Amino acid sequence: MRSDMRLRGTVWKFGNDVDTDAIIPARYLNTSDPQALARHCMEDADPAFVGKMKPGDIILAGKNFGCGSSREHAPVAIKGAGVAVVIAESFARIFYRNAFNIGLPILESAPAAAEIGEGHDVEVDIETGAIIDHTTGNRFQATAIPPFMQELLAAGGLVAYVRRQRQKAAAQSH
Amino acid sequence: MPMTIAEKILAAHCDRERVAPGELIEARLDFVFANDITGPMAFRVFKEAGGERVFDPQRVAMIPDHFVPNKDIASAVQAKELREFALAQQLPYYFEVGRMGIEHVLLPEQGLVLPGEVIIGADSHTCTYGALGAFATGVGSTDLGAALVTGKTWFRVPESIRFVYRGEPGEWVGGKDLILYTIGRIGVDGARYKAMEFTGPLIERLPMNERFTMSNMAIEAGAKVGIIAPDAVTEAYVSGRAKRAYTFYRSDGDAAYAAVHEWDLSGLEPQVACPHLPENVKGVSELRQVRIDQSVIGSCTNGRLEDLRVAASLLKGRKVAPHVRCIVIPGTPEVCRQALDEGLYQIFMDAEAVVSTPTCGPCLGGYMGILAAGERAVSTTNRNFVGRMGHVESEVYLASPAVAAASAVAGRIAHPNDI
Ligand code: SF4
Repeated sequence: MRSDMRLRGTVWKFGNDVDTDAIIPARYLNTSDPQALARHCMEDADPAFVGKMKPGDIILAGKNFGCGSSREHAPVAIKGAGVAVVIAESFARIFYRNAFNIGLPILESAPAAAEIGEGHDVEVDIETGAIIDHTTGNRFQATAIPPFMQELLAAGGLVAYVRRQRQKAAAQSH
Repeated sequence: MPMTIAEKILAAHCDRERVAPGELIEARLDFVFANDITGPMAFRVFKEAGGERVFDPQRVAMIPDHFVPNKDIASAVQAKELREFALAQQLPYYFEVGRMGIEHVLLPEQGLVLPGEVIIGADSHTCTYGALGAFATGVGSTDLGAALVTGKTWFRVPESIRFVYRGEPGEWVGGKDLILYTIGRIGVDGARYKAMEFTGPLIERLPMNERFTMSNMAIEAGAKVGIIAPDAVTEAYVSGRAKRAYTFYRSDGDAAYAAVHEWDLSGLEPQVACPHLPENVKGVSELRQVRIDQSVIGSCTNGRLEDLRVAASLLKGRKVAPHVRCIVIPGTPEVCRQALDEGLYQIFMDAEAVVSTPTCGPCLGGYMGILAAGERAVSTTNRNFVGRMGHVESEVYLASPAVAAASAVAGRIAHPNDI
């Protein structure tokens, strides 16, 4: 197992249907600089979030996390703030796609989303989807990441994937 | 094997006879675009992915519509990046201020998105073009940047949910009310990852602008696309403006659906989505005591000429309530021109509403109508999340142009027949 696929951090808990306007309000969308966006991460859901979280922490949420706009600024802000992984009961589809494309790990597990509490010390294995709540000792298994998404993650995101495909195609045509 | 319209369009774009829900496919893209918010991030990806020329300049649009005319210096920088990319790539479909409209009103109007096509845009309301019988969906900037290089993208073939609308709804009920009702019934994740297919006698009767309104809000139920089978109404709209050949697809009668919802909407009254989710839907008569500070008529949901006509029909000979700001935003320059020709500007000005240049503006809390703490708006837009139109303690009620116009006059949420 690659060590960078194992993550451990403190959980910050959010509810259902957290929308992208809550993750990064549109008033900050006049820039796409990850550090500038990170300063306002989750601001309209919890204005204190950026002040209290530490890099490596974990966001835990209910159903339909990241619904609303297609703004990639949302996963970028979360990643920029140093959040290691987002665990939710389910994700909105554009957010799901964007997260993989920019290399923000996300996992779906309804039991984990329901049972893990705020402030718990949680360990996650991105590769296998295993989730351990060290505060309670509970273990959860997230939905397996589809093979194609794993390929994307392994390649280092969509950009690297496309670059590699193009190089392959170019090599074949020579 | 029978297929839905979504499956047929996807199959045709990956050169397969059939595709089934759950399969991952790589589809050819007929059209791709970005705006002033999502474009700059996509250009970085384009370069990093080794892009030099876009896959086909005729199939790409760049539309500065969100914070343009530039609302501040940072927005000006983003708009400049969009302009420079379009110039460098010699894109024929770059729309400068003066030619620019809200993307999802503009692209269909210009005949750039067509039935039977697969379209992605770096904007979640790209699903609007499902109204034309296209498979159109929003993506993030990275997907868009990669697609600019390759002209392709990957999709998981979605399951479809079929909605059948019947009955004789009440007065002033149109596409906006049907879609609000739908989201109220199934919730903001009721169609998550699925294709919604809108069918039935009520849809067949719906004019093109109201079909756009319905498909526009499919994303508000979490859907990937919201498709309406093309028919004579579609043909009348696209013929004469289409920039490419197009194809009509229909679902097979025995196609498989994840669910079918059949609703008799007889007697339905105009619908309103209350703060802070589009699923908090109530009949307008339950909300008559809600006092408003602002009424916004516009956006990619309801910024078309017919929307302005409805609003004008209610504002004609009346005045906006003294404590209300009524902001009318035509979707495109063409909508402006026709509204001017028909005398709608005169009606709006006589009613003491203000008419803006085309822009997304207040819809996403950008500018041109930001709400202060404690303020409340009725809006024909599509989202009423916390802080969507301004301060986190402001409120947005989503409604049709008829309800928004009537409410502007009444100073509170009103049924059009109240005024
Ligand atoms: S009008 Fe509103 S919803 Fe439509 S594209 Fe603009 S910001 Fe998005």
